[in-house]
Amino acid sequence: MTETAPIQSSAGRQTSSAEDGVIITFENVTKRFAGVTAVDNVNLQIREGEFFALLGPSGCGKTTLLRMLAGFETPTEGRILIDGKDIAALPPNKRPVNMVFQSYAVFPHMKVFDNVAYGLKMEGVDGGEIRRRVEEALELVKLDGYGQRMPDQLSGGQRQRVALARALVKRPRVLLLDEPLSALDAKLRDQMRSELTSLQEKVGITFIMVTHDQDEALAIASRCAVMNRGVLAQVATPADLYEFPNSRFVADFVGSVNMFEGVLDEDEPDHAVVRAPELAAPVYLDHGVTGARGSTVWVALRPEKIEMHKRNGGEPPKMEDAPAGTNVVPGTIRDIVYLGSETNFEIELEGGRRVKTFRSNLTRYDQEDFTWDEPVWLAWHACSPAVLLS
Amino acid sequence: MEQTWRQAKAAFAAVSAPPIVWLLLFFLVPLAVVWAYSFGVNSGPVTIDFTGTFANYTRALEPLYVGIFWKSLIVATLTTLLCLIVGFPVALAIAFSSPKAKAWLLLLIMLPFWTNLLIRTFALIAVLRENGYVNAILEWMWTHASGLMTLVGLQPLGDFEPLTLLYNNTAVVIGLVYVHLPFMVLPLYSALDRMDRSLMEASLDLGAGHLRTIWSVVVPLAAPGVASGVLITFIPALGAYLTPDLLGGTDSQMIANVIERQFKRANDWPFGAALSFLLMYLTFIAVAVQALVQRRSERRG
Repeated sequence: MTETAPIQSSAGRQTSSAEDGVIITFENVTKRFAGVTAVDNVNLQIREGEFFALLGPSGCGKTTLLRMLAGFETPTEGRILIDGKDIAALPPNKRPVNMVFQSYAVFPHMKVFDNVAYGLKMEGVDGGEIRRRVEEALELVKLDGYGQRMPDQLSGGQRQRVALARALVKRPRVLLLDEPLSALDAKLRDQMRSELTSLQEKVGITFIMVTHDQDEALAIASRCAVMNRGVLAQVATPADLYEFPNSRFVADFVGSVNMFEGVLDEDEPDHAVVRAPELAAPVYLDHGVTGARGSTVWVALRPEKIEMHKRNGGEPPKMEDAPAGTNVVPGTIRDIVYLGSETNFEIELEGGRRVKTFRSNLTRYDQEDFTWDEPVWLAWHACSPAVLLS
Repeated sequence: MEQTWRQAKAAFAAVSAPPIVWLLLFFLVPLAVVWAYSFGVNSGPVTIDFTGTFANYTRALEPLYVGIFWKSLIVATLTTLLCLIVGFPVALAIAFSSPKAKAWLLLLIMLPFWTNLLIRTFALIAVLRENGYVNAILEWMWTHASGLMTLVGLQPLGDFEPLTLLYNNTAVVIGLVYVHLPFMVLPLYSALDRMDRSLMEASLDLGAGHLRTIWSVVVPLAAPGVASGVLITFIPALGAYLTPDLLGGTDSQMIANVIERQFKRANDWPFGAALSFLLMYLTFIAVAVQALVQRRSERRG
């Protein structure tokens, strides 16, 4: 992105005072409400220019973390640094961050123009400059010409754009977004997703978004932190979260998964074997897992990574990267959900355990291949399962 | 299925007849009679002739009575304004306190309602009179300040002159503010309590201080609450009778006191009726103004 952006953070792209372009640091941050720990000893660094997502189920502490950054809550313990400076003493109106609220919080008694101009007036920016910057911000969110409207004459999506413009016009170091897409209908949500990412690329400001929707986080963010009960479960890129989860919680929360409890039977540098009672064959992996032999582990298999083959009396399919007799189990189709682009199957294994698998409908006749109560083989590659130690 | 009253006429009639009959018999009919009186003349101690004269209204427009109307308007306006100034911070504080404290604070506001107005007014007399509590506290402070001054070698203060807080216009306004404050606080509170908190947070987030946020965001959004609080304070204050009667002096007559005199001591029912209806018309104007403000703010937000 080398084009000159119309709105840039006031500090521009100067090298920040902290090392490695780190803009925000949470240091051992804990927040308790009347004895309930909402945020538990969080350590986290967010870098300049990132689109960072705080992802987690409701009540996991992600919103509290965001509100501590905005200044609406104070940490019980620990420090929050922006550009290397502790912001504990700064009230919300003095912080170099701005927020887009979940309800948008567009002032209903002010015109769109005055809503966007509000923050600049508080800074004491002069009239002509205000007009220029407000118009620029409205153009940025594609609301040029809407300045004289009242908020009740706008749709929900437009109101959100007003909230975005109102925050961005202040040229904050960091823009905070609290569940930005949750109040929009499905179609608008998809549109806003891509608009948010392109907007962020355009203005070059660090965005931090809170969401409970994993699809949203994976689609938008450049890096995500998954939170669970106030604790950071994993901080990684969307692809790493999905393909290399570090715990059962993350594997289960991000995307759909089949989880099997098992025992680590072999663990060599180049391969490992896990035996799971619910699976008729051992699970062969093409990498070591650095766990103690005989310890309990969990195998996480994403539904789209399971192949399905017909089983009418034939030999089990052989996976080229796994020894014969591993990574293949028999089962029976119990449920079929046709979704157009793909079909979801539920297969009952011999022990009674049900497994999900997705199958892309590559041709127009694919969906006729399998039917209810059909015996099948399920097979997967040695690189597909993730082994989880916790 | 949704049912309208058209589909259940008998039931609707059965339910609505008693209140309608009640209103007709005990409100509209007496009101009409009083209205008719206002166009009549006294022809004997207890007989009134309905002559259709406008003499009562012409008399009501004499400077003496217009002056009293004017004064009642000023006292009621002042009362409303003071209630607003005192009530707004109170309502704000209640709206922002914890749910538990909220219930107690609201109870405190409501508590005076459960005491008879007469008793409350006499209690106020005990507070405000020449040897009442306010003056006792002032005197205590006065004598101690005086003693302190002699102690540091200054000239002592003179004798304490108790303030005249009772039986004048100040006493009437104090009494009216005291009586009507809950009427102002409750609608303000409900408007502030309903307000989306994130609007205030957004204002802070955008760089406004707390006072600026209250002025630019909270007050405009509470406008409907302010309007209804002003109205339900202003109307009873305008027609106040007991408070000016007990706390006021000879020059503190409000219009309701004059009306009372016409119906009782002066025994001039037709003139009293004319004054009553003029007061009612003033009230209607106040309601109309409030409705206008309400509609304008609804169109905005």
